[in-house]
Amino acid sequence: MEPNQPQKKITRRTLLGGAATAAVAVVQTSFARGRSAVAVQIGIDEKTILTEDPTKQMGVPPGKVGTRSTFEKLAKNPSDISSRSPLQDFYGIITPSDLHFERHHNGVPAIDPAKYELTIHGLVERPMIFSLVDLKRFPSVSRIAFLECSGNFRTGKETMSPQEICGLTSQSEWTGVKLSTLFREVGVKPNASWFLAEGGDAARMTRSIPVSKGWNDAIIAYAQNGEAIRPEQGYPVRLFLPGWEGNTSVKWLRRLELGDAPWHTREETSKYTEGIKDGKIRQFSFDIDARSIITFPAYPAQIQKGWIEIRGLAWSGRGKVFKVEVTTDAGKSWQQAQLQEPVLDKAHVRFRHLWQWNGATTEIMSRVTDETGYVQPTFAQLIDARGSDGGYHFNPITVWQIKADGRVFNKPENFR
Amino acid sequence: MLIKQHLIQGLVVLTGLFSLNAQYVPNQQSDRLVRPDSLPVRFWFGRPATSEHIARLNDDVRPDGLGLPSGEGVATQGAVLFAAKCAACHGEGGTGGTGGALVVKPAAPGKRTEKVIGNYWPYATTVFDYIQRAMPFNEPGSLTPNEVYALTAYLLTANKLIDEKTVLNANTLRSVKMPAQPLFVPDDRKGGPDIR
Ligand code: HEC
Repeated sequence: MEPNQPQKKITRRTLLGGAATAAVAVVQTSFARGRSAVAVQIGIDEKTILTEDPTKQMGVPPGKVGTRSTFEKLAKNPSDISSRSPLQDFYGIITPSDLHFERHHNGVPAIDPAKYELTIHGLVERPMIFSLVDLKRFPSVSRIAFLECSGNFRTGKETMSPQEICGLTSQSEWTGVKLSTLFREVGVKPNASWFLAEGGDAARMTRSIPVSKGWNDAIIAYAQNGEAIRPEQGYPVRLFLPGWEGNTSVKWLRRLELGDAPWHTREETSKYTEGIKDGKIRQFSFDIDARSIITFPAYPAQIQKGWIEIRGLAWSGRGKVFKVEVTTDAGKSWQQAQLQEPVLDKAHVRFRHLWQWNGATTEIMSRVTDETGYVQPTFAQLIDARGSDGGYHFNPITVWQIKADGRVFNKPENFR
Repeated sequence: MLIKQHLIQGLVVLTGLFSLNAQYVPNQQSDRLVRPDSLPVRFWFGRPATSEHIARLNDDVRPDGLGLPSGEGVATQGAVLFAAKCAACHGEGGTGGTGGALVVKPAAPGKRTEKVIGNYWPYATTVFDYIQRAMPFNEPGSLTPNEVYALTAYLLTANKLIDEKTVLNANTLRSVKMPAQPLFVPDDRKGGPDIR
């Protein structure tokens, strides 16, 4: 990096002795003036070089990329097939890109952006191939919206955090070209009613999408929160369908085929369908129904008597959040929570409610109403409506039990 | 006011010109912004996709048989392939393993019946499409059309959906009737006060 200053680099490393041999890339040593600065650059834990008084020691010089304080232990919760966002650790409404949930069906592929191509064919006037450079030349659009997996519900034990209950939802600002712009470019034929979106991963994920969604608000996205989409989120290009179940927003998008009927792929028949009453199976259930969850206080937090700001997230795939109500007396009475602006269409909204806890055992919960008039149901209401306790699109009210010692636990439901 | 009128007029002209599916609803907030609908008909970015290029990528299969390649296979051939390439993850005969069960079997005590090809999949063509694109999990895209037909024949036979002598090809595969097909219904949720 700094071919003209190799000596300096070595000198500073020597200062730290053996620790420096395990160093990560040193990028800013020419500016480094104090030992803590060098230590941070080479990846030593800040805590090991903490001094009594930071005002008495020179700080770290500017860097090429920012760092998260090593005091902050934010982490996703990975399994073999997914990794969940730590909702209880977030403020505001934007999910840091490296903490956006992951769900993929055969790992994250490595795709060279220079070789990337999107092919659009089928019922179109002009089958076309677009490179990443081509896609970026088109007029662009940005939109802040949530992305949620429709399989985002877990219960069954008390010691479950918001991350474990519903960590498969995250929110970003997505930037790309409107799919409608590309539809015009290729000349979608009037008899095209569905399109197949195919990923370039080892699962070659495929979903059939009604063409109307493509004309309405679909985005061919290449950026997330101001930078290129992360590999886990579909680098270099993904489909983004606002308000729809996450699986339809096909990542690593490589092909769109226009047709006059759905394909009934495995992910829209064997998976991402749900049992309802009379043994029926609901298919192409795209919209995410409204949901909310209190993220503080929530397991594993422990609270103290006095004023508490109850905080949480609410969202709807069908439009804007209209209101969020909170109960602190196990559902006997509900108060309207404050919504933090901006309240965006098909987006996570932050809500708050001030509460004075007197130390008594109770249950707290939130329920959202969206602009269609849909009110988030209880678990029992959902089971009653569906006649089935399995499957996707489970968005019940989450109940948090507050114990006398201030510990907070999930109230588990009997599920699956 | 004037500007708003102007914009709307412009839009009418534009939408007429390009005969778009644009659903423009005048709205106070968005009228203050420049509408993106004033786009040229075409940008001329990208390049034409040749039919050879499309054929290389496009192997998807529809229930009506569209996309099924030529070739054929029978269950006995599939059984040999399955034991060699699939059973490690799906168990002997597809009865279950790390990759999940692929055949109908009695529910384990206290558990519900597993959703598999024979009791849950609405179309047999999906079995072909999915194996061809995604299996074996550790070597996706490695099977020939004949092998995929044979494996599909094997799994359909194991699920008692076809006779073990059936020669599976584009014609016979698309006519296989699946018991779960009539159970599938479109989404009945539509927002509003109803919980569905
Ligand atoms: C290395 C392990 C592995 C091997 C080998 C393997 N599979 Fe799979 N299979 C899986 C996994 C894991 C899944 C689930 C993937 C997912 O959900 O995204 C799966 C899913 C399937 C499904 C869909 C099941 C359903 O009900 O949705 C079928 C069908 C299938 N495999 C067939 C095969 C066939 C045929 C072979 C052999 C050619 C094979 N598999 C080899 C791991 C494997």
